[in-house]
Amino acid sequence: MRHIISILMENEAGALSRVAGLFSARGYNIESLSVAPTEDESLSRLTLVTRGSEEIIEQITKQLNKLVDVVKLLDLTEGPHIEREMMLIKVKAGTASQREEIKRLADIFRGNIIDVTDTTFTIELTGDVQKLDAFIETIKQTDIIETVRSGVTGISRGAKALTL
Amino acid sequence: MELTGAEIISRFLKDEGVEHLFGYPGGAVLHIYDALYQQDAVKHVLVRHEQAATHAADAYARSTGKPGVVLVTSGPGATNAVTGIATAYMDSIPLVVITGQVNSTLIGNDAFQEVDSVGITRPCVKHNFLVKDVNDLALTLKKAFYIATTGRPGPVVVDIPKDVTAERTRYVYPKKVTMRSYNPVVKGHSGQIKKAVNMMLSAKRPIIYSGGGVVQGDAAKSLTDLAHQFGFPVTNTSMGLGGFPASDNQFLGMLGMHGTYEANMSISHCDLLIAIGARFDDRVTGKIEKFAPGARIIHIDIDPASISKNVKVDVPIVGDVNAVLKVMLGQLKEAGRSPDGEALAKWWQQIEQWRAKECLKYDKSSPLVKPQNVIETLHKVTKGNAFVTSDVGQHQMWAAQYYGFDKPRRWINSGGLGTMGFGLPAAMGVQFAHPKAQVACITGEGSIQMNIQELSTCLQYNLPLKILCLNNGYLGMVRQWQEFFYEERYSHSYMESLPDFVKLAEAYGHVGMQIEKPEDVEGAIKEAFKLKDRLVFMNFLTDPKENVYPMVPAGAGLDEMILI
Ligand SMILES: Cc1ncc(C[n+]2csc(CCOP(=O)(O)OP(=O)(O)O)c2C)c(N)n1
Repeated sequence: MRHIISILMENEAGALSRVAGLFSARGYNIESLSVAPTEDESLSRLTLVTRGSEEIIEQITKQLNKLVDVVKLLDLTEGPHIEREMMLIKVKAGTASQREEIKRLADIFRGNIIDVTDTTFTIELTGDVQKLDAFIETIKQTDIIETVRSGVTGISRGAKALTL
Repeated sequence: MELTGAEIISRFLKDEGVEHLFGYPGGAVLHIYDALYQQDAVKHVLVRHEQAATHAADAYARSTGKPGVVLVTSGPGATNAVTGIATAYMDSIPLVVITGQVNSTLIGNDAFQEVDSVGITRPCVKHNFLVKDVNDLALTLKKAFYIATTGRPGPVVVDIPKDVTAERTRYVYPKKVTMRSYNPVVKGHSGQIKKAVNMMLSAKRPIIYSGGGVVQGDAAKSLTDLAHQFGFPVTNTSMGLGGFPASDNQFLGMLGMHGTYEANMSISHCDLLIAIGARFDDRVTGKIEKFAPGARIIHIDIDPASISKNVKVDVPIVGDVNAVLKVMLGQLKEAGRSPDGEALAKWWQQIEQWRAKECLKYDKSSPLVKPQNVIETLHKVTKGNAFVTSDVGQHQMWAAQYYGFDKPRRWINSGGLGTMGFGLPAAMGVQFAHPKAQVACITGEGSIQMNIQELSTCLQYNLPLKILCLNNGYLGMVRQWQEFFYEERYSHSYMESLPDFVKLAEAYGHVGMQIEKPEDVEGAIKEAFKLKDRLVFMNFLTDPKENVYPMVPAGAGLDEMILI
């Protein structure tokens, strides 16, 4: 099962490497990882996506909780939640028909074209993983020059929150 | 008044109540050594290798319950300390290791004697710190002691750049520290405890399996009370020995790879397993699917991550082991019920049949010195009161099987990491903590050579250790596996050109003895202990082909033991 684990941790040098080190030392996999400070600068919020059986996920959350820098964590996938990832994708757009087609697709996916040259478009797209994957599927592989994804972030629905 | 960082370290250690500091100087810690020179509250012990400093401090902690403290220099000083830090980490021993670091302006420049100590030690510490500002120094040291000693204890490294030890600031001893990200659970959940007590009251074939958590958590008395009140059999892990008196009839001995027949069979047939301060290590469980297959499991541990890590448990109880056991005892009283006496009597009958196999018997008429006999004789001569440290190998298992520890904190060994070279420095740490006590180090001719240089430290501080080297001429434990599982291809397990240990001991200024015949064993040990103020190195030439029995082969179930 895929899980999104959201972690509130001390914004200190080395905290991120403790999390990453834990995953490599114990052989857990990380599908994606994103991290940035919160409105309270002493805290960072880290979101990681991992896969494993219930037993493994239980171990992962326990081991993460054991890290001294981890203040609190929440497995977002245990409740209703919203998940978002941002992608920037640069594609070939040299011919009129290519340009037309890509613009149409970007509109369908509610993407924004944020940079234009004679030969390329760069599109910004936000959504859950499936949506970003679907967009990549839709664009011809040969047209893609470069993609960059932010990694998943997420938040609980409703009043529930991961705060101090 | 303003103090330098170095003075703050030395003052802090005094204020924290640290009596002994094990260390080795070098460039990055010279300011600290200068500050130590100008005080006498904290006694510094100069070892001969940084690994020994960590083992000595570790054993100091194991034998007292107080944290061990280490000071080493940057670079090679820190890397030499890593084995000892990892050893303490695996056995959850409270240790604070101060490592010097190059000037903070040079960090990252591949400066002379620079290593990333925080990075290198990260996977084998409970936590670590790099102190960049002298104003943070005292509080960081306080946090280090707090983290090392609370919850599930463990080593904490504090890396301090040299310039920080020269800068000045006001010093106030931080009496207390709170950390929003670190709040270990102490009290167990009373509902869970009640469930556990009810299960224990109706159990038909129960067994208590206790580990290092009982020893380190000072819960031996509570465990003993509980076991007596319920009348349940008790088995210990190697780390747990002494947590329940070995001479008690309810004690079944150690379990696991070299556990007794009765302990392993009881585990295999029990209907209720009560795991207390133990972590279901693979050396204990054997093949995990075959471990206590018919049992419901109660697991009491301070570390939630230990619970259901290897084995799914039915009743998890997270909390300080001693606190939980006390609540259990209280609830048992309140319940006003007693355990199922009839079922227990039947269970004990079965256990006695397993016990009658006498799985630890060995050939007492052999013309060769039997290692088991050396340990039994040591027990006899010291009346079971010695602190016994060991190295790693066959001798370690024999010590665990044959010494019979009645008290906690007396059996000091590297259980989790299995670090050869632990025994001698560990004995030093114990002797510093208990200057009047009898301290014996049981070792092999392989292990002792991994930290033999510490004989020099022992002379400097007049440590009257008794070293019992069970010299079988082989890396015995390796040889045993090669005999059993590699068709006797003894690849590199034979030690040629051993030193003359008697002369070596003498060269270091100690007493050496060589014992070659069984009839000389007792006399030699007695004589050694009579030399109250001398270190005695006893070189026992033992049966080279003796094996440790019983043995559960790797990957087998506990009931599939190889017996003698
Ligand atoms: C530092 C280290 N290296 C290697 C090993 C692997 N090892 C485990 S037991 C053993 C043999 C120990 O020989 P000795 O000290 O002579 O004890 P004996 O088994 O003969 O009693 C070895 C090499 C280890 N535990 N630690």
